[in-house]
Amino acid sequence: MNLDLSPDELAFRDEVRAWLAEHVPARPLPSMDTSEGFEAHRSWEAELAAASLSVVSWPREYGGRGASLVEWVIFEEEYYRAGAPGRVSQNGIFLLAPVLFEHGTTEQRERYLPPMATGAEIWAQAWSEPGAGSDLAALRSTATRVETADGAGWVLNGQKTWSSRAAYAHRGFGLFRTDPTQERHRGLTYFLFPLDADGVTVRPIPQLDGEPGFAEIFFDDVFVPDADVLGGVGDGWRVAMSTAGNERGLSLRSPGRFCAAADRLVELYRRAPDPRLTDRVADAWIRAEAYRLYTWGTVTRLAQGGDIGAAGSVNKVFWSELDVDLHETALDLLGADAEVASAWTDGHLFSLAGPIYAGTNEIQRNIVAERILALPKEVRG
Amino acid sequence: MHFALTSDQRDFRAALEDLLGCSDTVGAARAWADGDHAPGLGLWKRLHELGVTGLIVPEEDGGLGGSLVDLVVAHEALGHHLAVGPWIESSAYLAVLPEHRGRVAQGELLTVAAPYALDADVADLVGGTPGERVESIDPTRRLYRVSTGAVAEGAAFDIAALAAAAQLLGAGERVLTEAVGYVQQRQQFGRPIGSFQAVKHRLADVRIALDFARPLIYGAAAGAGPDPHPRSVSAAKAFAADAAWQAARAALQVHGAVGYTRELDLGLWILRIRALRSAWGTPGWHRARVLESLVAR
Repeated sequence: MNLDLSPDELAFRDEVRAWLAEHVPARPLPSMDTSEGFEAHRSWEAELAAASLSVVSWPREYGGRGASLVEWVIFEEEYYRAGAPGRVSQNGIFLLAPVLFEHGTTEQRERYLPPMATGAEIWAQAWSEPGAGSDLAALRSTATRVETADGAGWVLNGQKTWSSRAAYAHRGFGLFRTDPTQERHRGLTYFLFPLDADGVTVRPIPQLDGEPGFAEIFFDDVFVPDADVLGGVGDGWRVAMSTAGNERGLSLRSPGRFCAAADRLVELYRRAPDPRLTDRVADAWIRAEAYRLYTWGTVTRLAQGGDIGAAGSVNKVFWSELDVDLHETALDLLGADAEVASAWTDGHLFSLAGPIYAGTNEIQRNIVAERILALPKEVRG
Repeated sequence: MHFALTSDQRDFRAALEDLLGCSDTVGAARAWADGDHAPGLGLWKRLHELGVTGLIVPEEDGGLGGSLVDLVVAHEALGHHLAVGPWIESSAYLAVLPEHRGRVAQGELLTVAAPYALDADVADLVGGTPGERVESIDPTRRLYRVSTGAVAEGAAFDIAALAAAAQLLGAGERVLTEAVGYVQQRQQFGRPIGSFQAVKHRLADVRIALDFARPLIYGAAAGAGPDPHPRSVSAAKAFAADAAWQAARAALQVHGAVGYTRELDLGLWILRIRALRSAWGTPGWHRARVLESLVAR
């Protein structure tokens, strides 16, 4: 058991640290959920990509540098330590790309991954529907088979909601029911679609912070060619779930983010110590450290051929609650200034979404209880 | 970077589990509480033969020269099986001190004032004479007052606190296993109570807490240098104490009234966890030490 980095890993860390020190914007970019901020964040993605730092863990042919998991964690740690901008390409590079690598065709990978890596094409996720949130398998949006003069494909109809980034993104991905005779998890198919296609209407929804971080998407006879079916027809649930651990676990929430925030919290405490909050400040740092070390355990397990599986749910509950508690401790340290808009209030509002998205923490606890502790399934329906 | 046990460490853990699993450790603990030390001393001897007493004592002093990770593996197993005797005092605290570690490696039961001397009726108290007995809430821990020579902060204290954290983890895992087993078979309203979300979520939270306690403990043990970093130890002890106590509370709650009895063994672990939570530094003391260390960086 050792926690040491190899000379190559240390060299990689130094390179990333030096590049970030030189390139991270001195002033925070405007919110990525404004049109101005969206473009500023895309430019930042292009800058990262030019240095082969936008998707370090991908193969070189798609814009990555074939970095190991250890290097990926190092990259993320440095990224957040440097206070670099949020990733506007996150849905694509962290959620869709793993599915493309696992289930996509070569043609799909070549068409979609390079522009994703440079920020040229930003992707929105389209899972939830008005009647299908935690119970995603209740989704009702449909895809109907058509043969046209232009070729065979599918016509999408229905409505998706809470689609992150959809207000400004170029493309979306999500599940549609291709077999109306099948119920629940069966008869679903994973589709990729342009958000400017005929029949697509996007209605941005302002989030708690006032910015349209997500949107509703209406589909009115939207044609999608066969080439944009990801994985097998009718196999959408399995395809989507095979990488769900990526969203809950490792790739979406790297430890660097919480370690950096915990260090900033300690700095805040150092400048204005409040003995009443000692326990909470220490606790936030301890939990971030636990998350960092836990991640090294996960990385070791994955490197030995294991998978994340249901442990992604353990991860997700922990980081999302840590994030809320850490920010609330910072706000309490700020006293009356906690009400005044700042990076801490932004971070706090952002943290409040964590226990909800990527599967609510209640759903995650069910998964932990049923799949890890082997408790009996609850009686449903 | 390899944050997992080596195959040697996994073998050592399996050997410990074999030995402890087929010994009546709970029976030995109950006898120990009643002042009958014979079964507990027998177990101590068998563990000594496996090398547990002198695990981290250098080979030239008669020990195995093992690492802190080895020590943590051993103490997690000791906590898991409710082992009795001054294990932390002997195999962790005194095992570090050159003037005492030879005796530790020979399998002697030694104890220290931390600040009470654990099991000073059967163990040799180093640096003092035991006074009157005080009653621990954990009946399997026999405590004695000592007027002088209490333990001080330092590497030995940190290693003892780390061992206590490992025992808390082992005991926390044990009570979670007991709780899961119980809610799978206990029926109310015509179904296993483990199918109710209120029960599931409470036990899921315990699973999550213990899963994050483990890397803090092993990370503190695996850090660079022969001595653990005091901040890492304090982070591990504070978090493990909370996680284990959360496990104890949840296990007690899902068992209902039968959990609140001395007849069920579960209670012995609950009281052990409660005792170890405050021994070798309370969670509050350790958190304060973490923050002082961070602010001074």
